[in-house]
Amino acid sequence: MKTDHSTAYVRQEDAPLLPPPRNETGIIGWFNQNILSLINDFSGIGAAIRSVLMAVGTLAILYYSAHILWALIDFAIIEAVWSDPDELKRVVCTTEIAGGIQHNGWHGACWPLATAKMKFLIYGAYPAEELWRVNITGLVLIIGLVCLMFDRMPYRMHIGISMLTIFPVFAYIMLVGLGDWIGLPYVDTRDWGGVLVTLVVALTGIIASLPLGVVLALGRQSNMPAVRYLCTGFIEFWRGIPLITVLFMASVALPLFLPTGVTIDNLLRALIGVTLFASAYMAEVIRGGLQAIDKGQYEAADALGLGYWKSMRLIILPQALTYVIPGIVNTFIGLFKDTTLVAIIGLFDLLGAAQAAINDAGWSSPVQAITLYLLVATFYFICCFVMSRYSMRLERKLDRSNR
Amino acid sequence: MNSSDLSRLWNDARIRRIAIQVILVALVVFCFWWLISNTSQNLDKLNKSIGFDFLSQNAGFQIAPTLGTWLFSYEVGQSTYWDVYLIGIINTLLVAVLGIIAATVIGFLVGIMRLSNNIIFRSFATVYIELLRNIPLLLQLFFWYFTVLRSLPDKRGKVDLIPGAVSVNLEGLFLPFPIWHSGAGFAGIILLIAAISALYMRAKSRSKQLMTGHPLAIWRITAGIFAAACLMIVVSVGIPMEWSQPTFIETGPILKQGFDKATAIMIIPEMLAVWFALTLYTAAFIAENVRSGILAVSKGQTEAANALGLSTGQTLRLIVIPQAMRVIVPPLTSQYLNLTKNSSLAVAIAYPELVSIFAGTAMNQVGKEIEMFFMMMVVYLTFSLLTSAFMNWFNHRSKLVER
Amino acid sequence: MKNLPLIVIVLVIGGGLGYFLGGGNEQAVEQEAAMETSSESTLEAVKAKGYVQCGVSQGLPGFSNADDNGNWTGIDVDLCRGVAAAVFGDADKVRFTPLSAKQRFTALSSGEIDILSRNTTWTMTRDTQLGLNFAGVNYYDGQGMMVPSSLGVTSATELDGANICTNTGTTTELNITDYFRANNMSFELVAFEKADEVVAAYDAGRCDVYTTDRSGLAAQRTKLTNPDAHFVLPEIISKEPLGPVVRQGDDQWFNIVRWSLNAMINAEELGVTQSNVGSMMGSDNPSIKRLLGEEGNFGEELGLSNDWAANLIKAVGNYGESYDAHVTPLGLARGVNALWSDGGILYAAPIR
Repeated sequence: MKTDHSTAYVRQEDAPLLPPPRNETGIIGWFNQNILSLINDFSGIGAAIRSVLMAVGTLAILYYSAHILWALIDFAIIEAVWSDPDELKRVVCTTEIAGGIQHNGWHGACWPLATAKMKFLIYGAYPAEELWRVNITGLVLIIGLVCLMFDRMPYRMHIGISMLTIFPVFAYIMLVGLGDWIGLPYVDTRDWGGVLVTLVVALTGIIASLPLGVVLALGRQSNMPAVRYLCTGFIEFWRGIPLITVLFMASVALPLFLPTGVTIDNLLRALIGVTLFASAYMAEVIRGGLQAIDKGQYEAADALGLGYWKSMRLIILPQALTYVIPGIVNTFIGLFKDTTLVAIIGLFDLLGAAQAAINDAGWSSPVQAITLYLLVATFYFICCFVMSRYSMRLERKLDRSNR
Repeated sequence: MNSSDLSRLWNDARIRRIAIQVILVALVVFCFWWLISNTSQNLDKLNKSIGFDFLSQNAGFQIAPTLGTWLFSYEVGQSTYWDVYLIGIINTLLVAVLGIIAATVIGFLVGIMRLSNNIIFRSFATVYIELLRNIPLLLQLFFWYFTVLRSLPDKRGKVDLIPGAVSVNLEGLFLPFPIWHSGAGFAGIILLIAAISALYMRAKSRSKQLMTGHPLAIWRITAGIFAAACLMIVVSVGIPMEWSQPTFIETGPILKQGFDKATAIMIIPEMLAVWFALTLYTAAFIAENVRSGILAVSKGQTEAANALGLSTGQTLRLIVIPQAMRVIVPPLTSQYLNLTKNSSLAVAIAYPELVSIFAGTAMNQVGKEIEMFFMMMVVYLTFSLLTSAFMNWFNHRSKLVER
Repeated sequence: MKNLPLIVIVLVIGGGLGYFLGGGNEQAVEQEAAMETSSESTLEAVKAKGYVQCGVSQGLPGFSNADDNGNWTGIDVDLCRGVAAAVFGDADKVRFTPLSAKQRFTALSSGEIDILSRNTTWTMTRDTQLGLNFAGVNYYDGQGMMVPSSLGVTSATELDGANICTNTGTTTELNITDYFRANNMSFELVAFEKADEVVAAYDAGRCDVYTTDRSGLAAQRTKLTNPDAHFVLPEIISKEPLGPVVRQGDDQWFNIVRWSLNAMINAEELGVTQSNVGSMMGSDNPSIKRLLGEEGNFGEELGLSNDWAANLIKAVGNYGESYDAHVTPLGLARGVNALWSDGGILYAAPIR
């Protein structure tokens, strides 16, 4: 190549890379792109108006968020009562005008109340000497769930299946008991409460609704009209009515439906109601999974000469169920939140236990309710938030592996 | 018949199908028969009978004033339980419809904000969605109700939102109502004609745009039509309408102070709280649906719109949202249904909807559990079927656009 | 193996059902025992299962309220414990079922509970139409109204135009509506599902008046920001005789419950208390002798042992002691619930 080429307008080398415009880099750039992006456009009247509106909106959001955050911090931390060393109970959390020790106009959280009620909020009135049973059951549950979360856990499949089959039996034996002869005296479900009932209702609902949901989902896709209509009718019925009416019905009208003399306790009634309700939603989630499976899979199963059940069991369901795990987790989150409704029919789930604690005259004060509600809300938020993040992660992972 | 015959019959797919269906139907029929016979036995024992006579009895309790009591001019001792039922339905519908409208607007707003470049909008939307989705609605309902209550003056005080017209206190939100004068009918007809001609011009403008690429100046034309209509009304009959003046009584018996309810529309705070809670809770879910719907529209569409020179707003309105709707509508349906069903939680804070006054107060009075549950289910199932039908129709329509 | 799928279905459905039934196993066994004996008598069934099943409220201080360990206290609870002591000689042989207002009658008639002791008002409809029997009255209540002192109201007749908060009960809304209509006054009603919300709403100023049974008003008043700024109006707008309820058609059980209550009231009249019941055994007073089973065989006539009432009083004390332990702390004086000899209307039939 000749190098004496000297035509003036031909560049000899690449032009130097210019730095990006100042307003797109560094702090200013970040600021421009992330904060001013909607409010710095004054290219016309319309754009200017929009920019001003956006700016006002941004400021309003900042102002009110700070306001709410401050109110929360003020109530829950700054003004809050943290300890009650002299066991004064309601006195530490009431104002002088109502016979307490706080200055008039005080409004803060009463955390000693929460501490005093902690056992009740977690276990309800479960006998103190039997609490180890609940703890062990909880521990097994947590270990099982943690194992399931790790992808490379050996025997993951087996653990999963045992959590769905053996664990409920184990939990039933541990929580209800077998009798004095084996050291596990019966504990009446009326004494259960708090987080324990919340978890029992939500987990039973989800585990028991799984097989029902599978059957209903398959039934809804069946080519036998009677099966299809019955399953569709069942699903649409339960999806069409609010859970609270289901629970009211289970608690008020169920005894009327059963033969004279046969009664079932309140918790079991709620469990039946919740399970039937959840199975309809579960069926729809699983149906989504069945429909998402490539038609080729069905055809391949047919081509292999597999019968309906074999092809379902070996080909379709394993894929469909994996596919809908995030959906099942989401259903569980919904169910978990909905368990608060059992408080309305008089079960002492977490919210019910909190309401019972609010009824305790020994602690009676205007902040009694809001303190406990705040605690309950925080508990639900943390649980549901973690679960929803987990479900999102699963979704992304499934997306990747399906690609 | 020996066993090989049996298995041959079983292996005949046609016979097997029929057999399974017959068995299933028989099982279901048996279950129903069993439940019904139990119920009738139990009712006999309680000296109760099934019947809907109670509907024509007079209801002897007061109901808080809402749209329902106003529509059916409820009066204690005159109105029947049937009226109570209708009032419950109307109140449920009212809060559901208002909730659906507001939740859709807020949901779309927050969903779009979630994708905004502006970090304040984006993070606000994220916090909003995560916080409200993950806390049980019942707790949120309590929160809103008591926040609303705590921040307002009692009925002898008021906060003016629009001085002289819209005010609020603990008794509720007071709005003026229109008072029609003679000539209102004429004005209505004129306005109707104006609206029809505006629509006609709009259609004409569109066909012109298709033919020539240039639309008519449609906004100016519409404004002109309506200005002419208004002028015509004012000239011929004057202004045939005025707003009532909500009067605030500050003297006289202390219990009679406050707003004179004959001079304003009163919206009770329970209704406002239910509406807030349902709206904000459902909006969080809708926002997520909207976000995923928008993300599902391929990026090329936005880029193409930008290349055509459409503004951000136009891109969203004309290109992205119409396509995103196909993804958004199905989950939106179930959110609407959930909202309607969740309105039953209003029972906890004294909003007189169906579950609260019919399955609550009225059921306590008459004790006809079976009949009343049945009537309540019918309502919710009808809502559910109607909403699904509407959404299916909508879905169908938006699918036809696809090519 | 073509039948395999069918077997799988059966197993899955069976497993699901089994899980439920398994959950109710213990109960189911008990119910079968109860069912077989229900044709005989409640007493037999109770003795067979070894405890009395008692329906109580979901939490009403003074009447039936559970503490954090599930120990129930209150005068309604004491009555059940008393019946258990009378039947078994052990007041702890009782289990409590918290029931809502809606659930209570079905729970009793379906056999889920043996006694309903849940501040239930005795009315003619309930006594005659629901297949139930009221075994007596253990608290004479009445619906009252509480107002903030700042209103300057001294009588319920001045409440024209008031906003009224209450909780949905069975007759609460009816009584208040009737009262206002009878006095030609206007009002607006805000009816909540639970008492807590009523208190909170009233405290926030949503209503001018809080109405419910006077016993409830006393209990809920302590939750207000400033209890002293509110007072209960003198008017009582309804009669609410509260008492234990049993199923119709079992006179023996009905008598046991009725006479357990009578024994508690008679014990107070005779001065027999929890602490002196042992020394009273040697009393010369024939009424006391009959009450404590020293004379006659009143207990055996009931189908119990003769020391039934002695056991009862040892376990829960007499009516006055029970009242003082549970209701007095709420700030409710005896009033009409004092013995007839002290100016009240509590008058139990004698044991003779």
